[in-house]
Amino acid sequence: MNPENPLLKVGNLTRLMIGPVSFGVGAGECVAITGPSGTGKSVLLRAIVDLDPNDGQVQAGDVIRADVPAPDWRKTVAMLPAESGWWLDHVAPHFQAPDKIRGQLPLVGLPESAMGWEVARLSTGEKHRLALLRCLEGKPKVLLLDEPTAALDHDTTLQIEALLKQQLDLGTAILIVTHDEAQAKRLAHRILRLDGGQLQQVAA
Amino acid sequence: MSGYIALTYTDLLLASVFLVINGLLSLWLHLGLERKLAIAALRMVVQLILVGLLLKSLFSILSPWLTLLVATSMVLFAGREVWARQDRKLRGLWGFGIGTGAMAFAGAGITVIALTTMIGSDPWWTPRFALPVLGMVLGNTMNGISLALDALHTGISRERVSIEAQLLLGQTRWSALRPVLRRALRSGFMPIINAMGAVGIVSLPGMMTGQILSGVDPTEAVKYQLLVMFLIGGATGLGVLAATFGSVWRLTDERDRLRLERLTKPKDPT
Repeated sequence: MNPENPLLKVGNLTRLMIGPVSFGVGAGECVAITGPSGTGKSVLLRAIVDLDPNDGQVQAGDVIRADVPAPDWRKTVAMLPAESGWWLDHVAPHFQAPDKIRGQLPLVGLPESAMGWEVARLSTGEKHRLALLRCLEGKPKVLLLDEPTAALDHDTTLQIEALLKQQLDLGTAILIVTHDEAQAKRLAHRILRLDGGQLQQVAA
Repeated sequence: MSGYIALTYTDLLLASVFLVINGLLSLWLHLGLERKLAIAALRMVVQLILVGLLLKSLFSILSPWLTLLVATSMVLFAGREVWARQDRKLRGLWGFGIGTGAMAFAGAGITVIALTTMIGSDPWWTPRFALPVLGMVLGNTMNGISLALDALHTGISRERVSIEAQLLLGQTRWSALRPVLRRALRSGFMPIINAMGAVGIVSLPGMMTGQILSGVDPTEAVKYQLLVMFLIGGATGLGVLAATFGSVWRLTDERDRLRLERLTKPKDPT
């Protein structure tokens, strides 16, 4: 972790009621964003991955957002939205290499057979855990997570957190939006609070 | 072949008796349809008589500019119809422009090619050939485009989450929208595919029937019908493709984002 030269660098990001905000997340660092509902925490994540029109300079390592096509940017800086999206009937074809991912299903508390399930029969929590694996499959350098454990029970939440810590050990930078203060304390090295469109450091 | 038998206005009056009987039945059974029937029948009579007079004078004046004026207004009316039939429309001029542009490009373009090469009327814009062919082509293209755009816009708004999930996994806008686009294209193509499959067995097309009634050899009438069906099929296909691709292009941007704010919200059913 090198705070002088963070992996994810956000400069003067502006979108709707947010910003301009500037901050960084180092390799292997987890930063949590908290704040009251409706302050735009999800809007901030969407702006970083360029899913909505926004202004500002964003950089991941030596990849400058404005210099690469948006699909390439989103493979480098991946976002897991609060609501997971599915466009085919079964789970497996949503993955690039379902056979390789099958073995990782127990890491998120699902049986290996889940790869053959029908999307229509999944619970919200099951969908969300599968979506996390799908998001990690592209091996992004930076992970933006929007309430990743909101629909999960305590034990599964801890399991997901263990998986995220594993990602941190691999050098991934994680920016996590969470309402769960205990989770923020367990996972995050720093906590930022978004209020009135500005970010403030809460604890070190 | 026997020749053409002209109808008298008495013949028409006699034919309308059956519709009047329907109206009386509706009154007697309290179906409440008599007003609607009467208004629709009156509209039909007035509109057709006017269009008959208009065509008659157009055919005798034989002016390219007047023909162009009528053809343009036909395209504009069809464009308005496409616009009005969508539940969610593109905001601003785009809503009217994309459907109308696609129809002008495919419908009018194919009609001009047919007139100059296959039909070979002299001059090629002779209104007696140009306007009926354009009318048939536009009518069907309009149907296909409005169905396709309606399906596309409804599908994109309904599946925002799954489209954005694909964009977030690094898909391009065209690849993320492919499932919705494919469904929209299918709805646009369906009427003309069904029409081509059923023609001659389930339905005898009006144009062919009309030609046969006016004394044209059935095999000749069939040739004309085939020509028109090919033109309609080709124009519908090209028009549907142009309109849906144009709309996808407008509803996304160069950074592969979904721009749903460029779509109007449907009116809630009252």
